[in-house]
Amino acid sequence: MNDPSLAAVFQHEAGRCTATLIRILGDIDLAEDAVAEAFVIAAEKWPVTGIPPNPGGWITTTARNRAIDWLRRESTRTDRHIAAHRLNETMDYDESPEMQALDAFVDVVPDDQLRLMFLCCHPALSADARVALTLRLLGGLSTPEIARSFLIPEATMAQRIVRAKHKLRDNHAPYRVPSAAELPDRLRAVLAVIYLVFTAGHTAPESDELVRADLSEEAIRLTRVLVGLMPDEPEAAGLLALLLLTDARRRARTTADGELVPLRDQDRGLWDRDLIAEGHALVRACLRRNQPGQYQIQAAIAAVHADAANAEATDWAQIVALYDQLYMLRPNGVVAMNRAIAVGEHDGPVAGLAALGEVEAGQLDEYQPFHAASADLFARAGDVDSARFEYDRAIELTENEVERRFLIRKRSRLTG
Amino acid sequence: MAQYLLSVWHDDTYEVDFSSDEMKRVVAQVDDFNNELRASGSWVFAGGLHPATSATVVRTVGDEVSMTDGPYAESKEQMGGFWVIEAPDLDAALDWARRGAAACEGPVEVRPFEG
Repeated sequence: MNDPSLAAVFQHEAGRCTATLIRILGDIDLAEDAVAEAFVIAAEKWPVTGIPPNPGGWITTTARNRAIDWLRRESTRTDRHIAAHRLNETMDYDESPEMQALDAFVDVVPDDQLRLMFLCCHPALSADARVALTLRLLGGLSTPEIARSFLIPEATMAQRIVRAKHKLRDNHAPYRVPSAAELPDRLRAVLAVIYLVFTAGHTAPESDELVRADLSEEAIRLTRVLVGLMPDEPEAAGLLALLLLTDARRRARTTADGELVPLRDQDRGLWDRDLIAEGHALVRACLRRNQPGQYQIQAAIAAVHADAANAEATDWAQIVALYDQLYMLRPNGVVAMNRAIAVGEHDGPVAGLAALGEVEAGQLDEYQPFHAASADLFARAGDVDSARFEYDRAIELTENEVERRFLIRKRSRLTG
Repeated sequence: MAQYLLSVWHDDTYEVDFSSDEMKRVVAQVDDFNNELRASGSWVFAGGLHPATSATVVRTVGDEVSMTDGPYAESKEQMGGFWVIEAPDLDAALDWARRGAAACEGPVEVRPFEG
C-alpha cells in the first residue's frame, strides 16, 4: 500500500469495515479476507477513478460483495452455504427476525466497533490475546507491528491471533454488547485494550512518524462511546481523561520537521487547552467519586503536568506520590520505572538512578523506554559511559524512526 | 444452538464418600442444577464417573489390540463427570458452567462440540 491516501483510508476504515463485515458475515476470518480483498481492488481502481466520497462505505460494500461471491462458489462447504443463505436473507428481507434483532441492538449501541471490542475482549480469551486481537481487527495493525509492541516473536503473535479467532469461532462466541450484569467485568478488559491501542498510536511502532494520530483518535473515540454508555463508571471516565490529557500534548511532541521533543522541553503553548480543560473536568469528577483506579491515577498525573507552566514548575512531589499510589494497585516494572523518572526530577538524577535500580533486574531489558530513561539519568548524573551504553540499547530497541533519531541526537551530545 | 461439554475436574486422589454431609450437600445442589438444565431445555446428557483408577485404555495397531490399566493421561487432575448441554452461544454456556461449578463446588471446563 504505497499510495499514502489509500494507506490513510486503510488506517481510518479497516477496523470499522471489519467490524461491520463480521456482523454481516458472522465469520471473523471471512470478514478480514473480504476487507483485505476490497483494499486490493481499491488499490487498482482508485488511482483511476479517484477516492470515492465515502471510502469506508465503498470498502464495506465491495468487501460484502466479494464475500457473497466466495460463499456462493464455496457453497459445497455446508457451513459456508448456510452463511451465504443467511447473508442473502439478511440483505433481501429487512423484516427478518435477525435483522430486527440487529436493529434493536443498534439502538442500544450504535457502533459495530464496540461490539467487536467486546468480542475481542471476551473473558474466555487470555489477556494477551484480547489486546492482540483488538489491535489486529480494530486497529488495523499488522501481526509484525503487534508482535513488536508486545516484545514477542512474530510467529508467536501470529499463532496467538489465529488461536484466539478460532476459539471465538469454535465456541460460537456471540457478537453483542454484554448485558448490564456482565458489563462491569467485561469493561475492565475493554479499557485495558483501548489504553494499549492508544499507546500504539502515541508512539507508533514500525513507523516513520512518531504518532499514528488515527490510532490515538480511535482509542479516544471508543472511550467516548464507552463513557457515554457508562457515565457512572469512574475508570472509563479516568481512561478518557488520561487519553485526552496525553493527546493534548501531541502538537508539542514533535518539531515542525517531525523530530521528537521530550516533555521537559515541550512548548506548552502548543498543548491543546480544550482537551486539557475536558480532561481536568473529568479528573475532578473522578476525585469527587473517590473510587480511585489505575486510569484515574494516571489521569491525575497527566493533570499535574498540564497544570505546570513549565517543567521546573511541575509539582514532582505530587507526581511521585501518585506513582506510589499507582504502584500499590499495579506493582509492575513500568510503573516503577515511571516513578523513578519522577524521583529523578524531584530529588535529582542520583536518586532517580537509585529508584530505577529497584526495578527487578531483567524485567525491562527489552523495553526501550527503560534504557532511554536510564541513559537520561546517567547523562544528568555525569556518568557518560553508562549513558552511552544505555542510549545504544535504546537505539537498538526502538521501532520508531523519529524516536531513533532523537536518541541518536541525545547520544551525540554526550561529552566526556 | 450449539452443544458444549461441561466437564468437572478434581484431584485424582479425591475420594467420594456419598454418606458425608459435604457430599450430600453437593449432590443436592447438583440435582437442583440438573433440574434447571432440564426445565430450560438445555439438557442433553450428564453423568458422574467412577474414579480414574477404574479406567482402561484400548489401542489398536493394525489388527492388534492392546490394553493398559488406568487413565490415558497421567495427570494429577482427572475428569469426574460431565454435562452435555445445548446453548445458543458461548456466553450462555459459560453461564451454565458458572452455575454448574457452584453446584459441584469444583472447576468446570467448557468445550464446544464440532459442527
